[in-house]
Amino acid sequence: MNIAVLSGKGGTGKTTVSTNLSIALNANYVDCDVEEPNGFLFLKPNIEDVKEVEEEYPVINKEKCVGCGMCVKACNFNALAKVKDNILVFDKLCHSCGACQYVCKFGAVEYAKRVIGKIECGTSYGLSVKQGILNIGEPMAVPVIKKLLNSIDRNELNVIDCPPGTSCNVVNTLKYSDFAVLVTEPSNFGLHDLKLAIELVKSFNIPFGVVINKDNGEDNIIKKYCRDNSIKILGTIPFNKKTAELYSRGEILYFDNQHKNIFDELVNNIREVLSWN
Amino acid sequence: MRVVISATGKDINDLMDVRFGRCRYFQIHDTEAGEFRVLENEGQKSGGGAGIAAAQQIIDEGVDVVITGSLGPNAFDLINKAGIKAYKCNEMRIKEVIDKFKNGELEEINMAGPAHHGM
Ligand code: SF4
Ligand code: SF4
Repeated sequence: MNIAVLSGKGGTGKTTVSTNLSIALNANYVDCDVEEPNGFLFLKPNIEDVKEVEEEYPVINKEKCVGCGMCVKACNFNALAKVKDNILVFDKLCHSCGACQYVCKFGAVEYAKRVIGKIECGTSYGLSVKQGILNIGEPMAVPVIKKLLNSIDRNELNVIDCPPGTSCNVVNTLKYSDFAVLVTEPSNFGLHDLKLAIELVKSFNIPFGVVINKDNGEDNIIKKYCRDNSIKILGTIPFNKKTAELYSRGEILYFDNQHKNIFDELVNNIREVLSWN
Repeated sequence: MRVVISATGKDINDLMDVRFGRCRYFQIHDTEAGEFRVLENEGQKSGGGAGIAAAQQIIDEGVDVVITGSLGPNAFDLINKAGIKAYKCNEMRIKEVIDKFKNGELEEINMAGPAHHGM
């Protein structure tokens, strides 16, 4: 069972919800926000294992290449260019699709591997935690996300901290998810982003619910929207000095008595929606 | 000499586009014959690597000079390797750009500008 935690954009409390939810559920934590993973700042695990993520890219064998340019035409990603009979490879744009090798009649396209990121595994508060890290300057996160998600056991309970937004990185993460927790804030921007996230999650046909961060307890546009559209609100996280203080110290809210029940309630509501009991 | 200019439109009274990879059109001017023709930029249609696609297109056209606002690192690399000279110009009408070029008033681009994501 994979529970995806997502938000319309960064900074809405996605990491707070996913890390605390992992602890409250006693579930593995998986940080798929590979461009900016930050769950480990709160979970502070011992890193026990690091695996590199490699991608293939073409290397042109100059002895065999006749400069016909077929490979350049075949590449849909502008990763190859031809200048004066020389083929230039822009490895960061390569999607490892294999088309250039397929069309080369001279067997001049070979492949080599380069490291684009890594996956770190460790233990924190007795939970198994993992994060993917995309190397700085690498434009493609999906291979790291896929390798990370393929490494987890779906028979176990996993909380997946998704990349922000509704990009293809999120889409690739949702493919592996059985339930979605959408984190938002009570503002017009929050509602706008929430609507996009709901649309996306609905296209995957998985159950979902909403968590409102920075909630002051009063009625607001998010609550109204959820009421009007029969969307389950799984929980609310207050906006007060104590919360901000714990957060800024990198502490886990669940270990604070005033905050523990927020996440216990969240767990109960998720169970209810999923009817596990 | 064949000079390519990144352009917002198809006419010499249209403005130059300071963007290279994402400009709408390329105007190729033959400075001796005083003729020109217009190409749609292949780069603006591509998801990533717009600068590379645009550079490949003008290299294939066999031009001698490119005039634009700035070049990203990949496009700069390709244009440099192809032996095409690049000049910098601000947004102004294409015919003024050509006059400035003919009078030797344009500055050569000797290094790449900031990379755009996915260039
Ligand atoms: S298709 Fe093969 S032979 Fe032709 S340019 Fe590409 S690598 Fe060289
Ligand atoms: S493997 Fe595919 S994406 Fe990479 S250079 Fe070859 S054709 Fe382009």
